[in-house]
Amino acid sequence: MSTTDSAERGLILRDVTIWLNGGTLLSLDATVRPGEVLTVMGPSGVGKSTLLAFVGGFLGRDFRAEGRVILNGRDITALPPDRRGIGLLFQDALLLPHLSVGGNLMIGLSPDIKGGAARRQAVTAALAEVGLDAFADRDPATLSGGQAARVALMRTLLARPEALMLDEPFSRLDAALREQVRRLVFEEAAKYGLPVLLVTHDPADAEAAGGPIVELG
Amino acid sequence: MSALRLFPIAAFFVLIAPVAAGLAGVFLPAFGYLPVLGRSALSLDAFADVMAMPGLSRSILLSLGSGLAATAISLLVVTLFVAGWRGTRVFAALERLVSPLLSVPHAAAAFGLAFLIAPSGFLFRLGAEATGLLERPPDLLIVNDRLGIAMTLGLIVKEIPFLLLMTLAALPQTRAGEMERMAASLGYGRIVGFVHTILPALYGQIRLAVLAVLVFSTSVVDVALILGPTTPAPLAVRILTWQQDADLAMHFTAAAGAVLQIGVTILALVIWLIGERLFGFVCRVMALSGWRARADMAMRQLAAFVMALSAAIVLAGLCLLALWSVAGPWRFPDPLPDSFSFSTWMRMPGSIAAAFGHSLMLAGASAILAVVLALGSLEFRARSGRPGPGRALGVLYVPLLVPQIAFLFGLQILFSYLGFDGAFLAVLLVHLVFVFPYVLLSLSDPWWAWDPRYGHAVRALGRSPNVVFWRVRLPMLARPVLTAAALGFAVSIALYLPTLVIGAGRWPTVTTEAVALASGGDPRLIGATALLQALLPFLGFAIAALVAAFLSRNRRLMRAGA
Repeated sequence: MSTTDSAERGLILRDVTIWLNGGTLLSLDATVRPGEVLTVMGPSGVGKSTLLAFVGGFLGRDFRAEGRVILNGRDITALPPDRRGIGLLFQDALLLPHLSVGGNLMIGLSPDIKGGAARRQAVTAALAEVGLDAFADRDPATLSGGQAARVALMRTLLARPEALMLDEPFSRLDAALREQVRRLVFEEAAKYGLPVLLVTHDPADAEAAGGPIVELG
Repeated sequence: MSALRLFPIAAFFVLIAPVAAGLAGVFLPAFGYLPVLGRSALSLDAFADVMAMPGLSRSILLSLGSGLAATAISLLVVTLFVAGWRGTRVFAALERLVSPLLSVPHAAAAFGLAFLIAPSGFLFRLGAEATGLLERPPDLLIVNDRLGIAMTLGLIVKEIPFLLLMTLAALPQTRAGEMERMAASLGYGRIVGFVHTILPALYGQIRLAVLAVLVFSTSVVDVALILGPTTPAPLAVRILTWQQDADLAMHFTAAAGAVLQIGVTILALVIWLIGERLFGFVCRVMALSGWRARADMAMRQLAAFVMALSAAIVLAGLCLLALWSVAGPWRFPDPLPDSFSFSTWMRMPGSIAAAFGHSLMLAGASAILAVVLALGSLEFRARSGRPGPGRALGVLYVPLLVPQIAFLFGLQILFSYLGFDGAFLAVLLVHLVFVFPYVLLSLSDPWWAWDPRYGHAVRALGRSPNVVFWRVRLPMLARPVLTAAALGFAVSIALYLPTLVIGAGRWPTVTTEAVALASGGDPRLIGATALLQALLPFLGFAIAALVAAFLSRNRRLMRAGA
């Protein structure tokens, strides 16, 4: 990879400022390189989730925002959320209860992979990747918290995003699991060379991420 | 506690007893058992009589087809609209436009639609005026068309507001916001993303309401009398004519017809359940393919357009009712009357003034009784070991999931046997059967959303649960209680069949009078009566809003939106 190429790749937040009801909520200028984790920290109410909403394209009507979001050289500031190529992970796994574990992954799997056999193969491989072989037919309601978190991660990755945004994704897991799931998420993001934007109030998350840290508020 | 226990028992009685007694009262004569008329030998003769009725299969198909079509189309429009626009400005604007239309009675909406689309109606007048092609109304059967299209349209524009409100009430339980973001971040367009992530949970929440719409639509009478075909009419209308026949022997035919109606409605339900399965299967296949369907803007715009159109049809219909009620001479191609006068209102027959009084009495009494019954039942539940809405809410749908014509007719037979038919209390009781479910459904969410810690705080001061109820919970919930009462009032005003069948003609209301005018064809009187019918529910909501505003005049947090 050449230097000019790598300079263009990654998630760039250029001169981002967000206002709520006329008052400045937050300002940020940052670059997240492929495989790097930018941690945004701060107490609740300082607009951490607002930043994610802006980058993801979900900002509410009460907010006003300036600045650009550039992903791998593509200006995505004005794109609708479904065309941005940014995968989201939430506090909860949000697995769909009416589908099997495999069905939940199929929902995520990129439509570029065509044909039933190839798609099933991709889902099987994804499950194996996170140590959930033979879980495809399971009811998501029977999974443990850690297992559900891993399925949610793979669902997001199978959609082939170009970046990841994590909204307090480990806060609902108990301490032992948190460490394990956290490591897995960062490893996978690094493996696929995804820039990661992590919002958290847990200093341990920031430390494990090992990347730059921005304090809001 | 012991006295409080009476409320849920009474509520259960109101919901179950009339339906059960009514069904018994219709099944027995259907099979030839009605000792009052001197018959007690079981036979299938009545069914043979029904089967021999000319055009019966066509009547059955009309009931099935229009019921299924009206339900499917209104649900489709609401689902696509909510999927495509939830959380946007367009959504908020259309929601405000459509929601009040819930309280427009079916009959008034149907008359308005007739005035809009009939060959001599407003749309043809506009067309004739613009093109100069028509000198007289074209000879087309648009209203009362043989396929029941006008009737289906009338049902659709009325069911859309109902299903929209049920959907809006259920959305908070589906984690719609997070699911929507999740689907979008996986690259899904709004509509297909909604179908995969939110619709399964949402449909589970509104399913009983959807089935109630289906049951209602396959057995509707008032809309069918106004907009439906006549040769032959849909099954429910024909049952009503048999039932009202002077020849008492026709009672057996009508009872057998009512049983047939139950069969037709069950068939519609079975077809619907198969449709649910098929749709679920298609969704799962779609999920496997990973189809993102991002280019759904045209579909979203179509959904918003149809939603706005359905509201516009009802609103235009209401305007036309008002216009006809004050119209002087109004020749065909003219879009507006030559002159206006209040003579229709001045020469309103006395029967309509009496009907107006009956409407107010029935609606006021049934709304108050329903609210008392609902509050008592909820308070009983709140003081029980397991506070919360619980599964008992499903019982509310019992009267809504049985075709009205079927059990009302049986109930009328039973009441007449007891000498109770035509009594005000009898009519009031059947109104309560339909009013109570809506009142409790409307009260349930705000009731359980109330923070019980307010009550704990007052109890900790040494006050009794009664003090909590009267001095804390009820005043704090004044607005939803008043809204529920207004909703109950609106439901009662709109009831046609219960008033007609149980009232035995002794308690005509604005609604029964308006529908009775359908065959007469005096558009001015129809306009005035139907407008009166449409305005009464709004009056109820207006009074509820005024009282709530008065109660909270010095309490900022108690006002709407706070």
